[in-house]
Amino acid sequence: MAKLVGGLGTSHIPAIGGAIHKGLQQDPYWKPFFDGYPPAQRWLAEVKPDVVVLFYNDHGLNFFLDKMPTFAVGAAPVYNNADEGWGIPTLPPFRGDLDLSWQVINTLVDQSFDITTCQELLIDHACTMPLKLFWPQGDCPVAIVPVCINTVQFPLPSAARVYALGRAVGAAIKSWDSDKKVAVIGSGGLSHQLDGARAGFINKEFDAQFLDSLVSNPEWATQFSIYELVEKTGTQGIELLMWLAMRAALTAASPCVRKLHSNYYIPISNTATGLIVLEAA
Amino acid sequence: MASFEPFWGDFAVTTSPPKIPGTTPFDEVQARKGYALNKMCYSFNSAENRAEFVKDEEAYMRKYGLNAEQAAAIRSRQVLALLAAGGNVYYLAKFAGIFGLDVQDIGAQQTGMSKPEFQAKLRAAAGR
Repeated sequence: MAKLVGGLGTSHIPAIGGAIHKGLQQDPYWKPFFDGYPPAQRWLAEVKPDVVVLFYNDHGLNFFLDKMPTFAVGAAPVYNNADEGWGIPTLPPFRGDLDLSWQVINTLVDQSFDITTCQELLIDHACTMPLKLFWPQGDCPVAIVPVCINTVQFPLPSAARVYALGRAVGAAIKSWDSDKKVAVIGSGGLSHQLDGARAGFINKEFDAQFLDSLVSNPEWATQFSIYELVEKTGTQGIELLMWLAMRAALTAASPCVRKLHSNYYIPISNTATGLIVLEAA
Repeated sequence: MASFEPFWGDFAVTTSPPKIPGTTPFDEVQARKGYALNKMCYSFNSAENRAEFVKDEEAYMRKYGLNAEQAAAIRSRQVLALLAAGGNVYYLAKFAGIFGLDVQDIGAQQTGMSKPEFQAKLRAAAGR
């Protein structure tokens, strides 16, 4: 059976792509952010996952409001990045893993998740930036299975529902008849708000509680409604749902996890940025 | 393999979601109001479409069927007005990108601050 080695959570911000492209990692504005990543890169170089299941939210690259799935799972051999409209460089295609995609799809539907299956899927910065941050050199060594969760149009799935989805994805990985090593990634957050008179809202205290909860009390955030989470973390802080799905997936591997590394820095763009590396204990 | 109970949860429906100050969740009301505006902004993923808009804004807005409020909001370049007209920030960001505006620019604009003031507000959230 496949091995679920651990999970990572990271923020994704379009400007990261520009900074990488321009080589600004040691620029004073960017340094506290990029300096968080080498420990995560070293751990990944050590455990060498073959595939990652990546929970992210599309920002209007692949999905428009004409058809907006709550949960969508990629089932493509190759995932292309494309112009998102604001000038960040387009990245080369990323490899998929069709066997794991269908294992996840079959398991989720069997577990009563009415997902959308995507044999073509454009992946935006939310999916590509974590891969560039974790594997900055050369071609990306892992294949990917993208799982997109709607954060664009309400109603959004509840934190409890996302947690259940993550658990089912973890079960799919654990029961996959393969000798491959799999990691899970949650891409988004932490607290931030781009729109409205409350733009620039950040909640350091809540972020700290959330990061702590991921280690020892992973269901903690499921007590909150979507509106409560928007109030506490901002309209885009709700992307913490991706981290929650990632953490829930790890419950399939092990009753507890070991935190190997974390980083938290305010602000990049309008965002309180976070990073966590969790090993299945 | 592990088996799961289907998630039945609590079927109580929230009829009037709580109001969050300075925040307009992109809900049914906004989604219905803003469709044409958002569809136009979604089209700005394409460089060709961005160029067509820049060449003749009015013609481009007519092509997407923007209503008077939406067209006025586009002309004004004011994000709060665009949100009020049903705009969704993920698509509006592509409109802002045409003018080279980043999220701190639009944050400053929406909060009535200069960009340095807005950046200082963000740093203050870190306790710096």
